[in-house]
Amino acid sequence: MNAFFSPTLKLLVAATLAMSIGASTLAAEVKDKFQVAWTIYVGWMPWDYAEQSGIIDKWAKKYGIEIKMVQVNDYVESINQYTAGKFDGCVMTNMDALTIPAAGGVDSTAVIIGDFSNGNDGIILKDKKKLSDIKGQNVNLVELSVSHYLLARGLESVGMSEKDVKVVNTSDADIVAAFSSKDVTSLVTWNPQLSEIKAMKGATLAFDSSKIPGEIIDMLVLNTKTMQDNPKLAKALTGAWYEVMAQMKKGDAQAISMMAKASGTDVAGFNSQLKTTKMFYDAKDALAFSTSAALPATMQKVSEFSFEHGILGDGAKDATFVGMSFPNGKAYGSASNIKLRFSDEYMKLASEGKL
Amino acid sequence: MRLINQKPSHSKALVLGLMPFLLIVLMYVFASNARLHENEDDKLLPSFSHMVDTMEKSALSPSKRSGEVIFINDTLSSLKRLGIGVVISALMGLIISIPLGLIPLVRAGLSPFIAAFSMVPPIAILPILFIIFGMGEVAKVALIVIGVTPLIVRDLQHRVEEFSKEQLIKAQTLGASTWTLVIRIILPQMLPRLLDSVRLTLGTAWIFLISSEAIAATEGLGYRIFLVRRYLAMDMILPYVIWITLLAFLADFLLKKFTCKFFPWYENKDKA
Repeated sequence: MNAFFSPTLKLLVAATLAMSIGASTLAAEVKDKFQVAWTIYVGWMPWDYAEQSGIIDKWAKKYGIEIKMVQVNDYVESINQYTAGKFDGCVMTNMDALTIPAAGGVDSTAVIIGDFSNGNDGIILKDKKKLSDIKGQNVNLVELSVSHYLLARGLESVGMSEKDVKVVNTSDADIVAAFSSKDVTSLVTWNPQLSEIKAMKGATLAFDSSKIPGEIIDMLVLNTKTMQDNPKLAKALTGAWYEVMAQMKKGDAQAISMMAKASGTDVAGFNSQLKTTKMFYDAKDALAFSTSAALPATMQKVSEFSFEHGILGDGAKDATFVGMSFPNGKAYGSASNIKLRFSDEYMKLASEGKL
Repeated sequence: MRLINQKPSHSKALVLGLMPFLLIVLMYVFASNARLHENEDDKLLPSFSHMVDTMEKSALSPSKRSGEVIFINDTLSSLKRLGIGVVISALMGLIISIPLGLIPLVRAGLSPFIAAFSMVPPIAILPILFIIFGMGEVAKVALIVIGVTPLIVRDLQHRVEEFSKEQLIKAQTLGASTWTLVIRIILPQMLPRLLDSVRLTLGTAWIFLISSEAIAATEGLGYRIFLVRRYLAMDMILPYVIWITLLAFLADFLLKKFTCKFFPWYENKDKA
C-alpha cells in the first residue's frame, strides 16, 4: 500500500473536511457581525428598504455591531439555511417557523411580528363561484405551506375536509402559468401571484385569508441562543424596523417607491398588496397582537394541522410535541421541548421608545 | 518505474476505487456527529440509523390514508415517466437523425433549425408547455422528450455523417436505393450508437424528470424530494438521492450490457 493511503492520514483529511462542514453551525457566543436572511414579499420589503437606505447600518452602529441583510431568492431555502445555522435570523411565517426550525430542534424566537395576511392568500376557482364547488376537484398549491393550511381552514368553513379534494403539489413560481392550463380548475396561492391570477379570465376568489384574520403571520425570527447572547442584535433590528414602519405610516413616497421597485412591481401594485396585508405600523399594535389570547389559539390550530400532515418530525406523538411559549407566561405543548418562543420584549421596548 | 507505467493489481484497483466512497461516508459521519452533538434534532445531516428509521416508518410501510407504499409508488411512477420519455426521444432521435445525416437536402433544410432548437432551455418556456400539454402526465413526459430528443438527434446526426463512405458507395454500385441504404446499412449500424447516445443523455433525462415533478405532481421521486424539502427532511431526501443514483447507475449498466450482448461487433470495433 502506498504511504499516501495510510489510515492516519486518511482520518486526518476526513476529520478536517468534516470539521469545515460540521463546525459551520452557530456556536452561540458574543459576536459583532450578523447575517439575517430575507425574501421578497410585501410584508418583508421594509427590510430591504432599511438596508438600502442605511437605516440598518445606523441602528447597528448605535449598538456597535454589524448586520448584513441577505436576500435569498427561494423562500423555503432561506429558512432551511437559517435552520442549518447559516444565518442568525430569517423572515418567515408562523407556520414555517414551527415546522422547519422549531421542529428541527433549532430554538427560535419571533422577535418582531410585522403583519398578518389579510387577503394576501386566497383560494381561486375557475368558472365556479362558491367555495363548496371545490368538492372533488384537483387543487394546485404548494403542499405543506400556508396555502395548504388556508385550504384546510377554508374547507372547514363549508363543512368539508381535505378528503373531499385532491391536492396537487405545484411550485409557486409556476402557478400563474399553471392556471392557464386546462387541467387546473382550482388553486391556492399568495401574492403577488394571487392578484395576477385573480385578474385572469374565469377566475373567482372563493376564499381568502381575510376570513381567518391573524392566522397567517409574518415575522422576524432569530436564533434564540444567538439572541440571548447578543441582545444588541434584536435591539438594533427592532429599532430599524420601527423607524421604517413610521416612514411607511406617514406614506413616505420615496420609501414606498423603493420597496415597490425592489419587489418587481410599481407603486400602485405595491399599495394594492399592502391593502391585503395588515401591517403593524405601531409597535403598540404588534405588542397587543402578540399578547392577545388569539395568538396561542392560532398556534394550536397550526400545530394540529402540522401534526396531522406529519411535519412536526418523527418523534411527534401528538400536536403538543413541539412546545411554544408566548408573552405573559402563556405556553402550549411540551414544556420540556420549547423550541418556538414569541417574545414581546423588544416590541415593548420599541413602543416605550427605549431603543 | 515511471508513474504512468505503474498498473494497479486487481485487488488494489478495487481498494482504490472504493476509497473515494469510503472517504465520503466517513466525512459524512464526522460532520453529522459534530452537528448532532450540538443539536440532537439537527435535520441537515441526520445519522444513518435515523435515515433508515424514517424510510421504514414513512416511505416503506403502507400509508395510513391510502394503504400504498409511497416509496414503491414514487419509484414506479417516476420510472414510467422516464421510460416513456426516453423511448419516445430515442425513436424520434433515430427517425430524424438518419435523413438529417444522410440526405444533403434534408440537412440543408433542417440542420440549422435543430441546432438552434436544441439550445432552447425547455424549463424557461414552461408556461407555453403547460398550455400545450396541460399539467398531467403528458406534460412530464413531454418535458423529457423536448429536453432529450435534440441532444440525441445531434449526436446521431454526427454518427451518420461519420459513416464510412466506402460502404455506402459499395452498396450503391450493387444497386441499392436510398431507402435500401437506410434500412440495410445505416439503421442496423446506428442502433448500438443510439443506445450509446441514450446512455449519455440519461442524466439529462433524470434532471428533466425531477424538475417536471417538482413543478406539479402528486407522486414521484422528484415530487417527494421537493415536498419534504419544505421541512428540511434530509433524513428522507438523502436516501431518495442515493436511490436515484443507484437507479441511474443500474440503467446505464444495463444499457451497456444490452449493447454488448446484441451488438458484440460494435464494442469490439471500438476496442480495435
